[in-house]
Amino acid sequence: MSSLAAGDERTVPAPAKIIQPAWVRTVHWINAFAMILMIMSGWQIYNASPLFDFRFSHAITLGGWLGGALLWHFAAMWLLMVNGLVYLALGLATGRFRKKLLPITPSGVISDVKAALTFKLAHDDLTKYNYVQKLLYAGIIVVGIVIVLSGLSIWKPVQLQWLTALFGGYDVARYVHFICMSAIVAFLIVHVALAALVPKSLRAMIIGR
Amino acid sequence: MGRLRSLLIPGVDKKLLVRDATKLMPDLARRRFIAGGASFGALTLLTGCDVSDSFSADQMLAKVSKFNDAVQAAIFNPNALAPTFPESAITKPFPFNAYYELDDAPEVDGKTWKLEVSGLVDNKKSWTLEELYKLPQVKQVTRHICVEGWSAIGSWTGTPLRDFLKLVGADTRAKYCWFQCADSEGYNSPLDMRTALHPQTQMTFKFADEILPRAYGFPMKIRVPTKLGFKNPKYVISMEVTNDYKGGYWEDQGYNSFSGS
Repeated sequence: MSSLAAGDERTVPAPAKIIQPAWVRTVHWINAFAMILMIMSGWQIYNASPLFDFRFSHAITLGGWLGGALLWHFAAMWLLMVNGLVYLALGLATGRFRKKLLPITPSGVISDVKAALTFKLAHDDLTKYNYVQKLLYAGIIVVGIVIVLSGLSIWKPVQLQWLTALFGGYDVARYVHFICMSAIVAFLIVHVALAALVPKSLRAMIIGR
Repeated sequence: MGRLRSLLIPGVDKKLLVRDATKLMPDLARRRFIAGGASFGALTLLTGCDVSDSFSADQMLAKVSKFNDAVQAAIFNPNALAPTFPESAITKPFPFNAYYELDDAPEVDGKTWKLEVSGLVDNKKSWTLEELYKLPQVKQVTRHICVEGWSAIGSWTGTPLRDFLKLVGADTRAKYCWFQCADSEGYNSPLDMRTALHPQTQMTFKFADEILPRAYGFPMKIRVPTKLGFKNPKYVISMEVTNDYKGGYWEDQGYNSFSGS
């Protein structure tokens, strides 16, 4: 997707303001793809030994059975982790995190939450995030880190036993992993709904402007 | 049947999968595996790729799984011990888990049973249970982690496998110890030599200080606390020291072969 977008930039002469740079768009869509593979295969894995009194419908899981789901999960994890590391490295190196996500002040968050709930929160300037966005985007990065670490601690409870211990043991780490997935899915629902409500934000994440 | 076949994972081992799934179908997960041909994931991502032979998602997944074997072997620390627990932490009752019901579990006669030892070893003599019981034993209380996700803490007592390998003069430069079990389906599993030599890898004869009950693999189980449960074969009847990868019951169906913890 991003390569298409990069091509567009070169052919269209008008120097429109770039809202989402190419590297952000690239890692965003790779992450979206990897995350969906991880979530759908993760649901199938969950079904083999559910933590709660429900299973995920087979229609929304990936892999067909536990063995197939594990293959997907342990393949997509590389994409998710490498892409995530690139994102974190570039986010820090380019100063994007600092510029876009900070500062997050409690008063700013409260006033923007109020504005959002009364449908008064504007999206005129897509280059600037409001405090609710800042909080959610920063928060989901933290959740992304925790879900990877808890996943590693479930995968390697002997070799990475210090990490597993940090999560309170193998069984607790499974719950942490599940809760992080739930947070990501909740984020995804709001994120996609808002992108649909503000189509120019989706456009910016595809073609950059 | 033809339709099912085209929907099953192609790269892994179609024949084996079809045979096992249709013949056994012992648990829900595998029945769903068959039904899974109609699922969104399987349709779009598995069979979709199966249509064109140029790229197969399953071949890609099998390759990544092999890569993951290598990664896990690289991060495997032969000196890192699995955490041990006090007896009070033991899970009671300890779950029985297999691809068959307990009633169908192998019934081995301890008086006639012998452990066959073959392959790259100096002494290929078979061992009776009585002889094996005379070897020095140690007890471990460790966490058993199932590939399904659940875990349970148990107490296993037996002879460290590395002591036995030394005793029979095994070539420990060989790649695998390959275990064959008494199951009618012929359960088997390869264990990489570095894991076989891990101090906690054990030929288990007792569970919770009692002679290993049928449910947990009488007369002998290989307890490997650095591996997932399915790499801990029960009802073991033979051990072959070999450089050849001979596959395993679950490994052949797609579970990652190294499956280290």
